[in-house]
Amino acid sequence: MKPTDNTADTYSPQRRQILQVMGALPLLAMPGLSFAQATAQVNTTKLAVTDKEVTVGQLHSSTGTMAISETGSIQAEQLAIEQINALGGVLGRKIRLIKEDGASDWPTFAEKARKLLINDHCAAIFGCWTSASRKAVLPIFEKENGLLYYPTFYEGLEQSKNVIYTGQEATQQILYGLDWAQKEKNAKSFFLIGSDYIWPRTSMKIARKHIENFQKGKVVGEEYYPLGSTNFGSLVNKIKLQKPDCLFVAVVGGSNVAFYKALKAAGITGVKQLLLTISVTEDELTGVGGENFNGFYASMKYFQSLENENNKKFVAAFKAKYGPKAVIGDVTQASYLGPWLWKAAVEKARSFDVDKVVAASANIELTSAPEGYVKVDPNHHLWSKSRIAVGLPDASFKVVSESPNLIKPDPFPKGYQ
Amino acid sequence: MNLNIFQSWNTRYQLISLAVLGVILMVALPLCLDIFRLNMVGKYLTYAFVAIGLVMVWGYGGVLSLGQGVFFGLGGYAMAMYLKLEASDPESTAIQSTPGIPDFMDWNQLTELPTFWLPFNSLPLTLIAVIVVPTLLAWMISFAMFKRRVGGVYFAIITQAVALILTVLIIGQQGYTGGVNGITDLKTLHGWDTRTDSAKLILYYLCVVLLLASILLCRWIQTSKLGTLLLAMRDKEERIRFSGYDVSSFKIFTFCLAAALSGIGGAMFTLQVGFMSPSFIGIVPSIEMVIYAAVGGRLSLVGAVYGTLLVNSGKTLFSETFPDIWLFLMAALFIGVTMAFPMGLAGLWDKYVTPCWKRWLQARRAPAPQVKAAPGAQAEVSRKVNVSSIHEEIPAGLGA
Repeated sequence: MKPTDNTADTYSPQRRQILQVMGALPLLAMPGLSFAQATAQVNTTKLAVTDKEVTVGQLHSSTGTMAISETGSIQAEQLAIEQINALGGVLGRKIRLIKEDGASDWPTFAEKARKLLINDHCAAIFGCWTSASRKAVLPIFEKENGLLYYPTFYEGLEQSKNVIYTGQEATQQILYGLDWAQKEKNAKSFFLIGSDYIWPRTSMKIARKHIENFQKGKVVGEEYYPLGSTNFGSLVNKIKLQKPDCLFVAVVGGSNVAFYKALKAAGITGVKQLLLTISVTEDELTGVGGENFNGFYASMKYFQSLENENNKKFVAAFKAKYGPKAVIGDVTQASYLGPWLWKAAVEKARSFDVDKVVAASANIELTSAPEGYVKVDPNHHLWSKSRIAVGLPDASFKVVSESPNLIKPDPFPKGYQ
Repeated sequence: MNLNIFQSWNTRYQLISLAVLGVILMVALPLCLDIFRLNMVGKYLTYAFVAIGLVMVWGYGGVLSLGQGVFFGLGGYAMAMYLKLEASDPESTAIQSTPGIPDFMDWNQLTELPTFWLPFNSLPLTLIAVIVVPTLLAWMISFAMFKRRVGGVYFAIITQAVALILTVLIIGQQGYTGGVNGITDLKTLHGWDTRTDSAKLILYYLCVVLLLASILLCRWIQTSKLGTLLLAMRDKEERIRFSGYDVSSFKIFTFCLAAALSGIGGAMFTLQVGFMSPSFIGIVPSIEMVIYAAVGGRLSLVGAVYGTLLVNSGKTLFSETFPDIWLFLMAALFIGVTMAFPMGLAGLWDKYVTPCWKRWLQARRAPAPQVKAAPGAQAEVSRKVNVSSIHEEIPAGLGA
């Protein structure tokens, strides 16, 4: 299917061992004469690194309910790895990718994470999407001392030595959006709506504290719906009854389609009602349909329509590889950062060893990111800008507001617990 | 007439097949596989508990349950709750607003441990709960259903409903259950780190021993009068009822037995994999577990274990080798097995291997010993019914 897959399919551990031994032969033959980056130096922890290659893993769902969301991440990571290889790889070694399918099933994620770490000795793994899958693999990464690049915006409340979070944590995404709604749109009363799992629940907890304690506004309703729910009739009635200034929404996945269709059917459109969501990217918007989301707002760090040189190049490369109709959402862009951040950290550390790469990761800067300049905080999350964009009828976003500075990641926000 | 020959031969054959399974699981696999793969086999074997339970309740009892994941999940959750409490000591949860409670409770603004979690501070109570909680729920469901003579498809639908209800409940009450994430980050069992390689090996052997013991228990039930009655009941329920037996009690018993076995499997799963989530309780995993039993052959306990191993290793192998098309390969495996051998792996064995084996035995022992007609054959009318059904359904050997 994709060039990088071929190598993954014909992967053989024996071959790797042979290569490792062969790679070590010149060293044995010439003691004292070691070249700058001998494999023995850059890899002291038995990772799958040879003189020519370094093996990394990719762990997303290519099947099951999450496949539709995670495909973008898979594509972006493969694009990044392809580009890095075209530039000569990492420390002179080409990246070789082993792709595994988490199948939208958390135990499978755990099993495959074990396989990639214990069997394949991957130097880094790019993967996971839902919090549930990350929670399932986290103990394994910590036990086996692996390195995970996690792309999704998420609820925070987590900071692991073995994970670099390339998406926004909750406060980065939420606070700027709420302040924007208050200042620009004069919103004083909010109605919080979410799917019923940890990310919306935590996000709404933060939103409520911010609205009530910092903005001195009012929360007039808070509703959660089961994952995959398509019945929003009663919600529409409650919204009409409460008449909130702003709907603050974190409905995920397939529910989005039913949710926005129900709103439109009830006459709650972008013209009459301010709606700000933290869960609709270009990927979801394609499914929801531009006409159903027209005039509503989304708070993200990245939109495909961002005007800058990096993004133009990224969008062009992505479309060249995956077709002109490919859409790029926030998480897809965050996934694209993973391999580049890893490359930068490895080169700074001059080693593939996870401990050294982790140590080098703090304060890594990336000027070539499509979203613009980003920086890794010592807490393993990214400093990045937040943006508000409005949905257009052709299912694209137009950015209307951007935070002036990079926002510091704060996974354990004080005053929001 | 030749019941005795059949039974004695069959019992010995059964023991041999069980011994072979034991040798494969306890000697061959640990020698061939590294600890990572062995741990995976250990995980598959926890599903085998459910599969042998299904052999009893479906193959023998004739009651198809599409909700066995519920009991697997309950056993697993019971164990996970104990492990989670142990992992949530005040020191390691110091950053929370309320230290000393599981992290997901803190995220959901709970400030103290809910009452129903309290028993799980104690290991003995937890071990009891692993078996008692699934059994109790199974008893409630089956008592309500079988006493009213609800059976067949209706019962299967109700078990599906229970699976769905429990999934929604667990996901919805995330402050109490961990929600869709499940209960994760489990570390130690009574101070013993379950994540080390040596612990994995010990847990694997514990799992194998428990599984073999469960098979023996089920086999013992099958060969007892109860087993005969179950078979008879499956084929001619009315006849057994009119003979004066309380049919529903037998069904309730088997269903509870299967639930208890599933609970043990679930607990072993949690210990070996290190977390528990609602994704084992839903409808899809429950149906998958029926497939394990079907592939193995729904009348064979040992076959169910092989079926579970085959399906799961197929899943792992296909998805590792062909991450893009593995689901199609799995579908091909299921369709292939059910089309080619409707009685599963055990049926295949009985059809092709057993006759050769029997011929070989007879050739060695010829002439075959004559069996006298059992005295009082008249009094054994009901037994004869069973014998004929045994002959129809389970020709011999592994299939029993």
